[in-house]
Amino acid sequence: MENDKLVLGGHEFNSRFILGSGKYSLKLIEAAVQYAGAEIITCAVRRANTKEHENILDYIPKSATLLPNTSGARNADEAVRIARLARELGCGDFVKIEIMRDSKYLLPDNYETIKATEILAKEGFVVLPYMHADLNVARDLVNAGAAAVMPLAAPIGSNRGLSAKDFIQILIDEIELPIIVDAGIGKPSQACEAMEMGAAAVMANTALATAGDLPRMAAAFKSAIEAGRNAYLSGMGRVLVRGAAASDPLTGFLRD
Amino acid sequence: MIKVNGIDIEADGTIFAGKSVAEYLSTTNYDCKRIAVERNGDIVPKAKYGETLLAEGDSLEVVSFVGGG
Repeated sequence: MENDKLVLGGHEFNSRFILGSGKYSLKLIEAAVQYAGAEIITCAVRRANTKEHENILDYIPKSATLLPNTSGARNADEAVRIARLARELGCGDFVKIEIMRDSKYLLPDNYETIKATEILAKEGFVVLPYMHADLNVARDLVNAGAAAVMPLAAPIGSNRGLSAKDFIQILIDEIELPIIVDAGIGKPSQACEAMEMGAAAVMANTALATAGDLPRMAAAFKSAIEAGRNAYLSGMGRVLVRGAAASDPLTGFLRD
Repeated sequence: MIKVNGIDIEADGTIFAGKSVAEYLSTTNYDCKRIAVERNGDIVPKAKYGETLLAEGDSLEVVSFVGGG
């Protein structure tokens, strides 16, 4: 188990919990990172503010890998622009491509995501594209140079869990790259299930940001993700379609 | 007019045309270690803040990291 590393673009990670930092106080980020045991933290790029002097980077451990997203991008060109600005901010080459044309369901634009992945991979980024689970698109993302594929479990921020379960399983079974389940995971049991299915990692933000006790929920997710990973690596026990199978000896009963 | 993050920085009569990005930034409260600057769609590397001169009609974006998923 010690050698069970998550590898993204040649970088190795021990944690399989990618932590979002949106929609909660900067002051909670340190505790969230600590309790989550997370080594990869997502963030966004926005117009800088001259009034607030607190910066998220003051609250994220230096050892963590920052994963900026391209939220706000409506097409590949905008995503590429945001990714380049993110890299200029000087925290590495990772980028999560997030391109949305639809503001009601916040669904990713798979086609534009493939285009942006191709451009940014050529520029040396470690590209993690957020996408709608579709095998053909996932294959195109592999060919475009993605370092992983990030299908959504359910619409962003919904906490509804593995709505796209069957299609995520197809990606896990068919795609060689790590499959990171992103968006919509609402509770630890759902994160655990994704890991049991063979997902390489789980990303969560709203599930924690809307929880009563954020650090404690971060710890719960950490345990669930580890449990799911261990279960997957163990190989699941079989399921009987019908009947039962005794788990006790069928001899030596206390009767004649 | 020179715009930074969509706002005309010359609206109060201060003229920034001909001044460098570094000179402009020194009049603001931006934390220069934590920002990236784009001028008319092209990134201005930190090392070039001093030599990049602003011109009439320029549009700059000054961005930083914020919390996000």
